[in-house]
Amino acid sequence: MRKHSVKSAAIVVGVLLVAGACGTNKTETGASGGACDTSKGTLSIGVIAPQSGGLSALGLGIKNSSQLAVDEANEKCTVKGYKLVVDTQDDEANPAKGAQAATKLSSDPNVVGVVGTLNSSVAQTVQPILSQKKIVQVSPANTNPTLTRGEAFATAPKRAFDTYFRVCATDELQGPYAANYLVTKAGKKKIAIITDGKTYGEGLAAEFSKQATKNGATIVATEKVGEKDTDFAGVIATIKAASPDALYYGGEYPQAAPLSKQMKSSGLNIPLMGGDGIYDDKYISLGGGDGDLATSVGAPTDKLDSAKAFVDAYAKKGFKDAYGAYGAFSYDAANAIIGSLATALNGGDWSESKRADLLKAVGTYSGSGATGSIKFDEYGDSTNKVLTVYQVTGGKWNAAETGEFTG
Amino acid sequence: MSTLLQQLANGVVQGALIALIALGYTMVYGIIQLINFAHGEVFMVGAYGGLATYTWIVPESVKDVWYVSLPIVLVGGVAVSVAIALLMERFAYRPLRNAPRLAPLITALGVSVFLQEFVRNFYPNATAALPFPGVFVQGQLVIGPIRVGWSGILLIGVSVLLSIALQTYINRSRMGRAMRATAQDPDTAKLMGVNPDRVIVLTFVLGAALAGVAGVLFGTYLNNINTDMGFQTGIFAFTAAVLGGVGSIRGAVVGAFIIGLVKTLAGQYMPGGTQYDYVWIFVVLILVLVFRPQGLFGEPERVRA
Repeated sequence: MRKHSVKSAAIVVGVLLVAGACGTNKTETGASGGACDTSKGTLSIGVIAPQSGGLSALGLGIKNSSQLAVDEANEKCTVKGYKLVVDTQDDEANPAKGAQAATKLSSDPNVVGVVGTLNSSVAQTVQPILSQKKIVQVSPANTNPTLTRGEAFATAPKRAFDTYFRVCATDELQGPYAANYLVTKAGKKKIAIITDGKTYGEGLAAEFSKQATKNGATIVATEKVGEKDTDFAGVIATIKAASPDALYYGGEYPQAAPLSKQMKSSGLNIPLMGGDGIYDDKYISLGGGDGDLATSVGAPTDKLDSAKAFVDAYAKKGFKDAYGAYGAFSYDAANAIIGSLATALNGGDWSESKRADLLKAVGTYSGSGATGSIKFDEYGDSTNKVLTVYQVTGGKWNAAETGEFTG
Repeated sequence: MSTLLQQLANGVVQGALIALIALGYTMVYGIIQLINFAHGEVFMVGAYGGLATYTWIVPESVKDVWYVSLPIVLVGGVAVSVAIALLMERFAYRPLRNAPRLAPLITALGVSVFLQEFVRNFYPNATAALPFPGVFVQGQLVIGPIRVGWSGILLIGVSVLLSIALQTYINRSRMGRAMRATAQDPDTAKLMGVNPDRVIVLTFVLGAALAGVAGVLFGTYLNNINTDMGFQTGIFAFTAAVLGGVGSIRGAVVGAFIIGLVKTLAGQYMPGGTQYDYVWIFVVLILVLVFRPQGLFGEPERVRA
């Protein structure tokens, strides 16, 4: 009897081992999977991004792409002696939830760095919390310029947090780049602006407005909508009275898409243009129509040679959700942290005191990623300033122009 | 001038939607003095019920024939709303019937959060907004400078018709009389042979049916639904009920149209534009409550359904 129970216990343990191995094998594709020395334990890469709510389409892409980078690092034994895992925290695109997520991650001594956030407004509450614990944060998606260079980013830039980096271009480039396209290239001279009042939308629209005016366009109306609004008939009638020939929207697709649809069905047939916040397939399925425009950071992922490997690897993993607008950036952000971690540890042991070394390593990191060369300037901004204008044609986003903002 | 007329039209459409939901708030309050904060979620659930019906029940061949698919979708939405309201009444509110009034109020908030999260987690892809089919005549009604979508016209028509029908039902029918009796004095009504449980269940059912209709028509009008929509619209509906005098059917409808109009007109003409339109709604509410604390149609001519 006793022997029997030992035997069944052994079977249970065996089954658990197999199940556990399957669990990890699922995320490892290479033949060398599991062959690395992981005797020193497990380190986490935190991810803070919306996993639920209106913006989850973007946030899930961020999570999966970070996961992909971590899996590849585990296969290649990039960080000697350690196994890496992703610790994802949902911020629901909400600054208060973001602060909770950051506090949770920063209480874990094994969290080496954080990929995130998606929203600039969430970054504002996350930055100081991670900074206190010297945890490096690399954002794939925050485009508000104040996050790196402070309030007076244009006149007297000053590094806001030495723990904060980002791999995407910022709104003081994105807004004007959009203005150049819309005013100079598409010839729109009477532009209405609507924003959602959040950090990202306001900043983007302000930068757009400056450059559009400089290019000779008139801003005929400026309005705001609420983050939870669904019926935009009122605001549409207001801007319609000013008879604009284009609408610039500072905000994200959950509001932009119905706004575009309602605007067109109310007889105001003008293109809506927005930033990277509306550049997602969800924008089209929720009502964004042909002719609408968006700028986004970087070159189109599916056209870049450097991104090919990423796109293929992502497809091979069979994630349920698309990599989205920030997938390639998240992959690069995670790789910047992992690569710098390998440099900082140099085969040594991790402890919280190594965080300062890791920060230094990220600051001098230089690699070639899916979105091009990954390097940071003295403020933590990416040196890659490429932007792309996309247009909806035939019910799909298509790249219209790629370049750098040159004034 | 044309902008003013357009904004008035927009305001009436918004008011019609709010009215359908406000009726549920006011009826339940009239009967059991409960502000059912989960009522906005009943509206949201109705929209998802309608979408589910359209996706899985309406046969592919008639999906584009609105006069076939719209009634089916409406029935589906109303059925889901009513089912949820019945469960809510039976398991959340009835056990607290004799508890202090704060207990069911807090429970209502809990039910509201529960329903939102439940739909978000278990309806396929409901973590983000979902497109809703336009199951009605597409296009716009154009009268001079005014353009209103046909689905907006439908919303106004249905809202007015159902409000009148409800008012008539409560004033004329036997069950309506039982409802008014229970509202006035539940104990005496019981002595007269009125079954209070039946009256309360009926009240929840009527309110939920209206909210279910509102949910489906909202989706048809805006072609987009999300799990937050009940909260936002519910706040307006609750405000409309208070403005009109909680417990009064006529008050809820009038309050709803006032709120719809104030929102669009303030967005157009008041300083701050659309950024401050909510502010003006609540300014109006405060002004009304200062001079008429019982609301526009509250006591003494209270209908108290």
